Amino acid sequence: MIEKVLKGNSKYWMWLAFLSAFIAVGAICYIRQFIYGMGLTGMGRDLTWGLYISQFTFLVGVAAGGLMLVLPYYIHDYKAFGRITILGEFLAIGALIICLMFILADIGQVVRGLNMVWHPTPNSMLFWDMVVLWGYLILNVLCGWVILTAERKQVKPPKWIYIFVYISIPFAVSIHTVTAMLYCGLPGRHFWLSAITAPRFLASAFAAGPALIVIACIIMKKVAHFDAGKEAITKLTTIIMYAAIINAFFVCLEFFVGYYSNIPGHMHSLEYLFFGLEHNGHVYNNLVPFMWTSVFLCFGGLGIFSYLKITKVYNELLIGVGCAAIFIALWLDKGLGFVMGGLVVSPLEEINEYIPTANEIGVTLGIWATGILIVTLLYKIAIGVEHEVEA
Amino acid sequence: MDKQRRNFLKVAGATALAGITAPAVVKLTASEAMASSEHAAPAAGGHGEVEAPTGVRLGLVIDMRKLYGKPELMDKIIASCNKVHNIPHFENKKDEVKWIWKMPFENVFPEHSSYHESDLSKENEYFALCNHCDEPPCVRVCPTKATFKVEETGIIAMDYHRCIGCRFCMMGCPYGARSFNWFDPRPHIKEYNAEFPTRMRGVVEKCNFCGERLAKGLEPACVEAAKEVGALIFGDLNDPESEIRKVLAENHTIQRKPSLGTKPSVFYIV
Repeated sequence: MIEKVLKGNSKYWMWLAFLSAFIAVGAICYIRQFIYGMGLTGMGRDLTWGLYISQFTFLVGVAAGGLMLVLPYYIHDYKAFGRITILGEFLAIGALIICLMFILADIGQVVRGLNMVWHPTPNSMLFWDMVVLWGYLILNVLCGWVILTAERKQVKPPKWIYIFVYISIPFAVSIHTVTAMLYCGLPGRHFWLSAITAPRFLASAFAAGPALIVIACIIMKKVAHFDAGKEAITKLTTIIMYAAIINAFFVCLEFFVGYYSNIPGHMHSLEYLFFGLEHNGHVYNNLVPFMWTSVFLCFGGLGIFSYLKITKVYNELLIGVGCAAIFIALWLDKGLGFVMGGLVVSPLEEINEYIPTANEIGVTLGIWATGILIVTLLYKIAIGVEHEVEA
Repeated sequence: MDKQRRNFLKVAGATALAGITAPAVVKLTASEAMASSEHAAPAAGGHGEVEAPTGVRLGLVIDMRKLYGKPELMDKIIASCNKVHNIPHFENKKDEVKWIWKMPFENVFPEHSSYHESDLSKENEYFALCNHCDEPPCVRVCPTKATFKVEETGIIAMDYHRCIGCRFCMMGCPYGARSFNWFDPRPHIKEYNAEFPTRMRGVVEKCNFCGERLAKGLEPACVEAAKEVGALIFGDLNDPESEIRKVLAENHTIQRKPSLGTKPSVFYIV
């Protein structure tokens, strides 16, 4: 099947070349970081996690989001998702590879990374995160490949594979739960120390992942003659809507707890993110525009979906715009705000604003481009097989 | 000096003893906990808790009364630690490596009110360093056991060769006591001390209560540097006869963020 990536039109090759340019820049930036040290990033003593970990956190959600296709199709036998379930699985593979690359980019002694395996430490949530991320990656590769191979041969997938499909469902939940546990079990980090962190992560994941799949479907309909089907897309937008609403509800709950309890530590991060945090006569607010953009895009996307549902109009352009709005909104919320908002007040009650360096942004873009390239190749294979079967 | 050596031997002896008597101690603790539950016992964590000692738990009392108005002495104490441990000096605040340093009261004790604070706390800075917690969150989160509790002494130590530099321990520590080597530290060491290893780039480090000096029968460098006024009192918190226990019994002390349940081993007289 793998030979399918080698045949494509000029647009396909241009797209790959475009991504490769970013990958090359990312690789150079990473080599620089590898030689000179993590000091080339915007992180520092009192703000020790940054863009890498926040992207990792967001993309674990994108990977988990594939569950919203797998679950209806395999558990509820929802046939409309038959053509696109494989897209969810392949998206998860790409997203997980990005996640692992971000982790490697973030650790100071990358050549010692295997110490996590040689010295397994069950009391560390990072250890468990490694276990579930690798587990979910392997499950998706296995299930995706076996099911696609069966489809190509036009036979039913072997029965044993369903065991792994069913195992992958709790695994999808676990990857994002354990990722939330990296944050929500730390004493003295008020913004993260919330039992709602894991459910909030899952809600935003179940919106962001499917939103990306819908966008991919709409693009592939234009460029690769792949039609996911009206029913599947409409159902996905419903799922995205509910998940995004639940996420917004959880954010509102965080506001209530912070402001009604009036405990400064619980308000600082929200204040910094949405209104600007005043400290010793200086107002720190560099994320405020991003967060309000997030709010605006989230409700804008929900507004578009509501319009489409109420009028029963099916307009792919509007659906695409709505999905993009929600995806970006959730990226701003989780891929920027969650980690940086939680870190702005250090344990020593100093305010540290984080500004990533150009080198760090180069590495980040390179890793994103690598993941998008992997997903492109995998989708090329999946669609190639579908076309072959139809022909 | 002789007295110090004796103290050290006592610590070592107590360690061995603790190993032998551990089962008995556990038994004692268990029954005591049950007995106290009949009364309205104070909630776990913080100052109010009754703790039954097990083994040696080294701790430090910082008597700020003896340091007020003496910033030069505090700098001398910090410098002695920097020198002994080959701590690099970086100009840029974000690259800093610090084991013991001074900061305003509101930063070291953010949970204590500084509304209309006293002139003393307005005009003076306070020491901050690793608390060598009895319930260390950094140890809990480390994915490679590169930071761990030395059971014989209660010191929270680091294995610089195992640390992968994930900085999770820095996230876990609610005291900001840990530093990361963002760049190669070696060119930034002013005065090299061959007795203590330098670190490489990409690993985390922090105060080790001078484990290497204790092994030689010496006191921690900061305690020695503060000797002229006796501002730092170091010893076994579990030994009722120790000097530190006497100081704790005679003075009202505070700890940093006791509500988090980390049980710090560093106390302050303010």
